[in-house]
Order: sequence, then C-alpha cells, then structure tokens
Amino acid sequence: MSKTEFPPSITSRPVYGELEARSGSGHLMIADAEGAEALLELAKSADKDFWAKAHIIYIPKKTGTKYSSQLEELGAGQYYAGPSYEAAQSRIRRALQDCHMGTQVYLSGTESLMGQAMAEATAAGIPHTAIQTEHRGSTARRMQCVHCKGITEDVTTDPFECSHCGLSLFVRDHYSRRLAAFQGVRVDAEDPGNIPEKVELFK
Amino acid sequence: MTIQFNDETFHGDFTFKNSEWAIKRFPFPFHEDSYMYSVNMEPHTSYRPGSVFERTFDVDEHYVSEMKDRARVLANDPLRCQSLPHMTLAGWDLVELIMEAKAREYPDLFELHKDGNRWRWVNKPLGIDDTFTFLDESTLPYGPMEYITRQTQGDFAVLDQRDDNLWMDAGMVTTQADWSLDFDIGMNFFEWHAPVPKAHEMGIFVRALKFLLNIQQGQPARRLNWTMTVNPLLDTSPENYHKWGTMKQGLTMENIGEKQHLRVELQTFFRLPRSNALVFPIRCYLIRFEDLVTVPKWARRLHRVIRDLPEELATYKGFIDNRPLMVEYLSQFDDGSPTSDGIWPDDD
Repeated sequence: MSKTEFPPSITSRPVYGELEARSGSGHLMIADAEGAEALLELAKSADKDFWAKAHIIYIPKKTGTKYSSQLEELGAGQYYAGPSYEAAQSRIRRALQDCHMGTQVYLSGTESLMGQAMAEATAAGIPHTAIQTEHRGSTARRMQCVHCKGITEDVTTDPFECSHCGLSLFVRDHYSRRLAAFQGVRVDAEDPGNIPEKVELFK
Repeated sequence: MTIQFNDETFHGDFTFKNSEWAIKRFPFPFHEDSYMYSVNMEPHTSYRPGSVFERTFDVDEHYVSEMKDRARVLANDPLRCQSLPHMTLAGWDLVELIMEAKAREYPDLFELHKDGNRWRWVNKPLGIDDTFTFLDESTLPYGPMEYITRQTQGDFAVLDQRDDNLWMDAGMVTTQADWSLDFDIGMNFFEWHAPVPKAHEMGIFVRALKFLLNIQQGQPARRLNWTMTVNPLLDTSPENYHKWGTMKQGLTMENIGEKQHLRVELQTFFRLPRSNALVFPIRCYLIRFEDLVTVPKWARRLHRVIRDLPEELATYKGFIDNRPLMVEYLSQFDDGSPTSDGIWPDDD
C-alpha cells in the first residue's frame, strides 16, 4: 500500500512526514501493520552499522507474517513482534525509559499507533525534534466517546457504535494528542432513534 | 447585602429568572444589525456603572445558585475541573487576582485580610470564612484554582504560554457552550479551536493569538461571544449532550418566548504575575426571548441578526433547525424601523 495522502484537514490533526535514517546514539522504531513498509524503505538508505543500535517494536495486526521476516532480516540489535499495542505497551515504556540523549524515535503505521506512541515518547521526555512519523496503511480512527470516555479502536464508519456504552456516535473532526483519539458524539442526541446509515469513511 | 440573590435552578425544573435589573444590564452582544466573526477585543476597563463591564469579576443575583449548580455538576463529573501539574502556581495567581478584586470592588460581600502569607478570606454570600497559607496547597480544601472557581461565576481556562502559543493546561468548565475540557486539555490555541467553521480561513485565530500573547499584567482585555440555548441550562456540555439534546425539540410559537434563551459569554483575559499564564474567564449570561424583546431595539436587532446569519454559523451554534421559528417569533417585534449604533438600549 502506498503512502496516505490525507485531505486538507483540521488544525488539531497531526501532520505526518516520511521517515529518514538519521544519525543518533540509538534508534527506537515502533510500527504496526503496513508501517513496516516505511522501515523497509528507510533501510534502503541506512548504512550497515545503523541497525546494530536499532530496536524494532512491531505489531503486525492483520498483515500477519507478510512483513515480519523482512523486518527481522534487517538485523536490528533488538527485534520484537507483539500481538497488540496494549501487549507491547510495557515494553515500549521501558524502551523509552532506556533511551539516551541523542536517541532517534521512528513511528510508522496507523494514526492510533503513532498517536499513542507519540504520547508515551513525549511523556518520557523525548524531544519532538527526535521523533519522526510516517503514516502507512489503514486510515481507521481511534475514537473516544465524549459521553462515557471509552476508547473504540479501528473505527471505519460514520456513525459507529461505542464499544463501551453502545451509543451511536458520529465522528467529530477533533483530535486530542493526549488521548491520541478523535472525538465521538451521539449522532441521535436531538432525535433519539434517528440514526443515519453507516458510511465507510476510513479504510 | 446590596444584591438580592435568587434561589433558582439551571436544570430539572429550570426556575432561573432574570429580574428587571438583570434584564436592563444584560450584555446584548450585537452592536449592529448583522453578525460575523471578528477579533472584537477591547480593554477590560470599568465602564458604565451598573453594567456587567463595571467590575473585574461581575457578581449578580444568580451568584449563589450558579455556584450550587457548579457543585452539582462537579459531583456528577469531577473531570470538569482539571489542572496539569505545572499549573498550580497559575492557580495561586488566580486566587490572588479574584480575591483582591472582589474584596476591593464588593467590600460588603467579600473580605480579604492578609498577614504575610497567612490569608483570611470571607465570602458572605456563600457563608465561607477560611484562613490559609498563600502558596501552600495543603491549607485549602481543594487545589487553588478549584477552590476559588467554585466561588466565582463563569468557566475558567488557564492557559500556559510557551513556544509562541497558548496551551489549555488547566480549567474549570461547567457552563460551557458544548466543548469538553477533558478532551481539550493540553491542546494549543489552534488545536482547541479546530472545530470552529470559517474563522480559521478568515485568519481570526492567528490575529487573536497574536493579541493574546501580548496581554500585559494589569491590562486585561474582553470580548463578547454568543450562542442559543433552549431552557436556562448552564451545563450544555458535550458529555451530557445525549441528555439535553432533545430539549431542542418541541419549541412552538406559544412556548418559544419562555424556553428559548440567548446565551452570551463575557470573555476576559488577564496575564498572571508569577506564572506568566493567561487566565480566560468565560462568564455565561442567559436571557429568555420574552424578556429580551421588552427592549425594543434588541428585539428588532436580534430578529435581523438571526434571520441573516450565514447557515454555517447557525449550524455550528446548533440552532439551524429552530431558526425559522425564532425568526417568526422575533419578527412580531420588528417594525422595520432603524436601530441605533452600539449594544445599549435606547433611552426611553
């Protein structure tokens, strides 16, 4: 899948770039699904001793083994593949804690992964100038229900049902970096039961 | 006491009511017969005795009941008041700003006695008499921002200033026009305004930010903003939208005068001395249509503004569906005669 071109959007939405190999005392790479492509692309321009100082944390999601062997063959000093972001979270936190001055952080894949990892990296004190992002793969959104505060992952339709309280929510184009989520608001609040047809907006 | 405080509610049976005095001093927000966004800032200086612009923090007949409503909302949802760890000093700045202003401007209602850092605060309308150590959190029942904003009408956003931007890093938000502090906390000025239509393209926020970054200590600024609310509901939060959204239905020509309210925000901006933060109080005033139309100039003007408002704005402000009925109701009070400049009623 090629890189995502987002339509002109709101000012609260982060802007993503393209990963490039930079010089650094270490390289922490966190990616999910098609985000692997961005790392493989970066590998073309990285020199050999780059990978010895690299730590790859990869969550394949629905891509299964499509990219994992290629990533493993890059020869990173540390390579980990995990079943979900939640499962990988304690490892991500530890890896961020262990970063030294000059470590470069690379995030690629879905907005959900980049948003959550960005929040963790910022909380760990990594300067934003040392963090790069590149969007690849699904444009599904991570949503917070404004009513019950529960988070629903991988939302592709508008409206959608909150996975916690069950209300039908519309996707408000408002993004919180702290929560790494867009805002979901009850679609039939003024006229209960009047729920529009679902439209697949994000894939 | 000089003010008779109402015993009234802003939810449930909605017994809120404005007296003749409150109607006369209502901050009508339209200075001409049409409306579009602008950076309508002016110095927050004392102006027109008796008006809401006279005092630094206006106290009116709704004070005690509004503070009860705030306590009720906070009990239901404590996340309406939040302060990131680096904002505590700004909270103390706010304690000082409000206590000094209220004690100075309403000496019959509030007293502040200082003995070094040992302060005694007397709030007669709320029956509070507390002694505490300034800058020592352990001596107050709440954090400093929460303590003083539980005693001050209006919402409060406390903004940290860094990287040439303002960051919403603390706030007390229980009387908001449909925005969530819990969602917006930590955002910068452009991020938290992201959902507002049109104004970004007009360059409004770039200019407003530039103005706000330069606000100096002792030189506060103010502006008015407005929207519409059915029933005198202070807590029109997105959190509870699924509970109050249905109130917008069922307006008729018979009940619209009583149920439909013009909601006006008096927004003020103060630089805080120790933290260099900016505090942004957002004070909400409500008036039902049938009270508003007792001022002939306001009735004529509101009719014209609502009738001619761009559709995007009526949608964003949440009254697009009820606009035809509002216009029909208000048109009864518009004989087509000209209106004078400015927001104030014509002298009879």
